[in-house]
Amino acid sequence: MKFVVKAWSNGGARAGILHLGTSTIDTPSLLLSTRKGLPHFISPDLLSCLPAPESRLLHVSPLHFLEGLSMKTISKIGGLHQLLGLHDHCFVAVPRDSIQCLPEANSTNKIGASFETPCGRLLIKPVEYMEMISSTRPELWATLADEVPAWVSDKRNKTSVDRTIKWLDECISISPASGAVFGAIVGGSSLEERRRCAQEVATRNVSGYWVGGLGLGESMDERPALLNAVIEALPEEKPRLICGLGLPEEILQGIAAGVDIFESTYVAQFAMYYHPTCLLTMLIAFTAIYRKDTTSIVEGCTCYTCRNHTRAYINHLLNVHEMLAQILLEIHNTHHFLGFFRLIRDAINAGRFEEFRREFVQRWR
Amino acid sequence: MALRFEILGRFNRARAAQLTLPHFVCQTPLFMPVGTQGTIKGLTADQLEEIGCQIILGNTYHLALRPTSELIDELGGLHKFMNWPRALLTDSGGFQMVSLLHLADITEKGVTFQSPVDGKPMLLTPEESIQIQNKIGADIIMALDDVVKTTITGPRIEEAMHRTLRWIDRCIAAHKRPHDQNLFGIVQGGLDPVLRDICVRGLVDRNLPGYAIGGLAGGEDKDSFWRVVAQCTATLPEDKPRYVMGVGYPLDIVVCSALGADMYDCVYPTRTARFGTAIVPEGVLKLKHKAMAEDTRPIDPTCACMVCKNYTRAYIHSLVTKDAMGSQLLSFHNLYYMMQLSRNLHSSIVQGKFPEFVCNFLQKMFPKGDIPEWVCNAMEVAEIDISSCCAPFRYIQATKVQSNLNEDEIQAV
Repeated sequence: MKFVVKAWSNGGARAGILHLGTSTIDTPSLLLSTRKGLPHFISPDLLSCLPAPESRLLHVSPLHFLEGLSMKTISKIGGLHQLLGLHDHCFVAVPRDSIQCLPEANSTNKIGASFETPCGRLLIKPVEYMEMISSTRPELWATLADEVPAWVSDKRNKTSVDRTIKWLDECISISPASGAVFGAIVGGSSLEERRRCAQEVATRNVSGYWVGGLGLGESMDERPALLNAVIEALPEEKPRLICGLGLPEEILQGIAAGVDIFESTYVAQFAMYYHPTCLLTMLIAFTAIYRKDTTSIVEGCTCYTCRNHTRAYINHLLNVHEMLAQILLEIHNTHHFLGFFRLIRDAINAGRFEEFRREFVQRWR
Repeated sequence: MALRFEILGRFNRARAAQLTLPHFVCQTPLFMPVGTQGTIKGLTADQLEEIGCQIILGNTYHLALRPTSELIDELGGLHKFMNWPRALLTDSGGFQMVSLLHLADITEKGVTFQSPVDGKPMLLTPEESIQIQNKIGADIIMALDDVVKTTITGPRIEEAMHRTLRWIDRCIAAHKRPHDQNLFGIVQGGLDPVLRDICVRGLVDRNLPGYAIGGLAGGEDKDSFWRVVAQCTATLPEDKPRYVMGVGYPLDIVVCSALGADMYDCVYPTRTARFGTAIVPEGVLKLKHKAMAEDTRPIDPTCACMVCKNYTRAYIHSLVTKDAMGSQLLSFHNLYYMMQLSRNLHSSIVQGKFPEFVCNFLQKMFPKGDIPEWVCNAMEVAEIDISSCCAPFRYIQATKVQSNLNEDEIQAV
């Protein structure tokens, strides 16, 4: 993995280039969410209709595979690329999946991190996690963390930082030969603990940093200070990845603080729960007014859905609960969200990120 | 008449043809996937084209409910609504009404039923069915027939058959677009050859663009099933397409094609995919089965589809019944299988290799040679020699009756 920062704009926002696997990706960039390695609804042959190379970064939670596929079998098949038939894509492994594999701080203990998953509550030890990493062979992976929500006691929060650092060291020592390591940084909503964790992790031999424990109850207003406390302690030249920021506004917050890669469940949530989203043109609820609307979801959008289908057809599919609606919406929403990131990169490169952010937030509100 | 049917090759009763419809030039024999509500569950139009689907079936009952035929008409027809560039076929709506709705009743006027929306009594007449289908705009539309389950016996079957003939005239009269939509008549008559014959003659008299064999695929035994198909294909006109409704399993399609049928439809491939079952040359593969969790082979090593080229049974196993993607991938494979079967039927007949294809097909499905008797009987009538696929014991059983060989001599055969 190689990362180079090439442009800054008003403060923390930066644009860079990430070389990962066989891909060269411009940052800030988006990780597409997956379920067992593939998007929720976009089948692999349709993935190629998304803009490349920016659609090639996929977030994978190794925990997904615990439901029905052994690590031994995955290893035998040859890892994620072989398993999923996706040879041009890059996999970024983070155990947490903000929709279905949520950290369960109450059950996490000194032995391992607990997650609430579709196959029940699982306790993952560092050694087990590393077995998953070495079987799946992602291009990039985050170390195991003890993520706690914003409302835990100071004591619990402090413990989470100690544990996360300990597990980081364990993971690195068991680390497989390939794959870039991102050190996990937690600290809840305590500026002090966040800073402490970041300072510790900054001394470790990692390729980048995963800012964990956010999107778990802290308010949007609290977040900039927490992010700054972390980022200030980190070297500039290494990339920063964050999970759990959903809304576009939150993404902008993260970028302003200096984060480079984002895992966001914004698209997946909406595709799964029947709401399409058109970022720059507000939320459109698919109600009866679209029954006869023969225009595309967004005029001028070049995604597969907008090139081929009308609002009327999608309205019908949603009404009759057909899976095709979710497929078409995930395609459009992903395409659109990637477009949002492209606008962000353009704004940073032109030195007008803060302006872009202000305009966007105004329109959004 | 808005179609052309040109036979390109034959083997005895089997035929391979080119069926030219307003939206697409098709090759028969062909299988039509069912896109009930204006979509094939989980697949895009592009994928369907890639797989090789030629005609898709839409359900008039469902579409009339949502989004309504008026809306479809206003937006330019179902092809435009779905953005499906190839051919479409709609059924009459009658079957769904009878099978899906409580208190549906058939009278001379039409099918009376309770509206599923508000419970009010409603009536679907032959005229209305055709009107709705005219609005939807499919290349082939089906006459409203009086469908009776083949498991029913008695005078109801005869009544239904005669009514079907009376209704076809009403359908023909109501049909406003004979220049771009082909109205197919449906042969009824239960399992009674006399009734079937009357119905065939009656429909043929009306000189329709094509004919369907209805009232089957509903629980009757296989022996009765193939005999009805054989009788109908023997008496329906040569130069018009024959569509066996509700079929089905690959084996049934091969047998019916041998007997001279051209078109098929069934929810089976997509429905069974959603339950985690893949269609393979050997029969079916249940991906849900625990043994699949460690199986690193593709679903079907001989299949060229995207799913078999890229995925292991183990991975698909982890998805099925839990993730939408599992359904999608299996539906993709199953439909690809059915389209490949259609292509193979067509090309093997055109190339004069149909018997070899049939034997190969049967050998893979019945490696021990235990081919069901109904298949053997049907193939005999179709004049296709499948003796090489049948187990020797079975073959001897069949010939023992006529021969005078003693025990020792039979062993040597």
